[in-house]
Amino acid sequence: MTEIFGIPIQAFLGQLMLGLVNGAFYAMLSLGLAVIFGLLDIVNFAHGALYMVGAFAAWIMLDKWGVNYWFALILAPLVVGALGVVIERTMLKRLYGLDPLYGLLLTFGLSLILEGIFRDQYGVSGQSYSVPEALTGATNLGFMVLPNYRAWVVLASIVVCLGTWFLIERTRLGAYLRAGTENAKLVQAFGVNVPMLVMLTYGAGAALAALAGVLAAPVYQVAPQMGSNLIIIVFAVVVIGGMGSIIGSVITGLGLGIIEGLTKVFYPEASNIVVFVIMAIVLMVRPAGLFGKEA
Amino acid sequence: MSKTVRYTYLGLLALLLLAPLVGLYPVFVMKVLCFALFACAFNLLLGFTGLLSFGHAAFFGMAAYACGWVVKAHGWTPELGLVAGTLIGAVLGLVVGLIAIRRQGIYFAMITLALSQMVFFFCLQAPFTGGEDGLQGVPRSRLFGLLPLDTDTTMYYVVLAIFVACFLGIMRIVNSPFGQVLKMIRENEARTTSLGYDVDKYKLLAFVLSAALAGLAGSLKALVMGFATLTDVQWQMSGEVILMSLLGGVGTFFGPVLGAGIVIALQDYLADRVGAWVNVIIGLIFVVCVLAFRKGLVGELHAFMERRRTVSSR
Repeated sequence: MTEIFGIPIQAFLGQLMLGLVNGAFYAMLSLGLAVIFGLLDIVNFAHGALYMVGAFAAWIMLDKWGVNYWFALILAPLVVGALGVVIERTMLKRLYGLDPLYGLLLTFGLSLILEGIFRDQYGVSGQSYSVPEALTGATNLGFMVLPNYRAWVVLASIVVCLGTWFLIERTRLGAYLRAGTENAKLVQAFGVNVPMLVMLTYGAGAALAALAGVLAAPVYQVAPQMGSNLIIIVFAVVVIGGMGSIIGSVITGLGLGIIEGLTKVFYPEASNIVVFVIMAIVLMVRPAGLFGKEA
Repeated sequence: MSKTVRYTYLGLLALLLLAPLVGLYPVFVMKVLCFALFACAFNLLLGFTGLLSFGHAAFFGMAAYACGWVVKAHGWTPELGLVAGTLIGAVLGLVVGLIAIRRQGIYFAMITLALSQMVFFFCLQAPFTGGEDGLQGVPRSRLFGLLPLDTDTTMYYVVLAIFVACFLGIMRIVNSPFGQVLKMIRENEARTTSLGYDVDKYKLLAFVLSAALAGLAGSLKALVMGFATLTDVQWQMSGEVILMSLLGGVGTFFGPVLGAGIVIALQDYLADRVGAWVNVIIGLIFVVCVLAFRKGLVGELHAFMERRRTVSSR
């Protein structure tokens, strides 16, 4: 078998793999959005910018101090997570209880600031970040050649997503988090430090975005606008999956990445908009999203 | 309208009528007026109906392309170009509105954003838009086939007339019974429904009106500047029009105009000097607006005068 639906199988599987990689990023980013939205009721428009900062942090660390990929994978999320904590303490804190639209607008302003700073420093043309040595090359699976780094990205993202899901749905800390979203006052009365929990949640969400950024650095160009191009698709993923549903955002993210990849094979002109078309259709049939609960 | 407000408006109008004579660069003022109209159209939706659309650039930009294209490639007269752009805005508004009003609040915002991104990719790939280069060299030609618009002064007064007419039109809409229903939806949607109003129909109509006016603003901009590019239809533009309204004062009549003036002036005068920092500055203004004065400049002024009045009447 060398062809599938009239398409060479190599090209088909290659796009499928690319779609899966994109989907892995959609899943990780929409997961972070879902976690932040769940507890803070804030649509974090700055998520794309934090993802970009994560990628740049890895690139700068390597370029300036020779910090290798594996350390950057830990350090960059820590740095960006700390930045997230500062943002939460100084700004987002003041918006709780207001219309969630203000959170959206504030984080939009933040994303302009972050993107502007990096654009001023590094221009619009991207920087390239080379694949770490251990993951260079490709494995021949017999029916296709699989680049090792891409396989690693998909694997890592699935592990991170499952880990987050486990943390929130199956641990005591997760139980506090979920209870906090239901009734913050009551949880506080039980002696749980809710403001601290909220702060750490935003920090963790930011760190998750940065982790995706570091993973993305060797696949895409590290460029100031890399986040803003992605965030809109991630929003569409969130709308389709149903906001606040963790498992929903993961499945929808991966699925849409694959669909997008396949569209690139069969009808390339539509590959940019297929996600939005799906969003429109899903909204017609299920306004609350595929995994969302009707409010 | 109080006496002070009426005199202020008359004073401003006189100033605008005299602007080209006192040496203000007419192209700059025209640009401000186009964006002011865009911001007023947006504010009709956010300020008076309470719907935050994050996709208004789609109507503005698509209309700019439509108007530029019919005028340039088909030799239509400018007024027909404006009509075409406005209609495109309205039709697009109907489609986006039908899908988006199924959800509320932030979902509504995100859906409009995603759909406008779809329009962006359409404009990037469609053959008549010129892709990355945009649509260049749109002629202003002759209004009604008679009045040549080539000189900036003539064009200026046409733009001013359209702007003033639309501004008064928006005031009329908001103060009409229809506008009262819109405000009621903004204040309490559930109660409006329980009073027997078909809320979705009202929201959709407001959305289409706002999109049509945004389309008019976009087509006017294409005529004035002579080009339509991807910047007009990009989602950052949707953000800018939100900032204009927020900075000037959401839900006030004059706020969006003032906000548009400040943002355009900042962009025009700062861009050469500070480069990419202009985005940082705009982002900072956004953050400060949301954190410190959510009423905007005009809104804060209203509140200040209100406070003074209560103090003096005591």
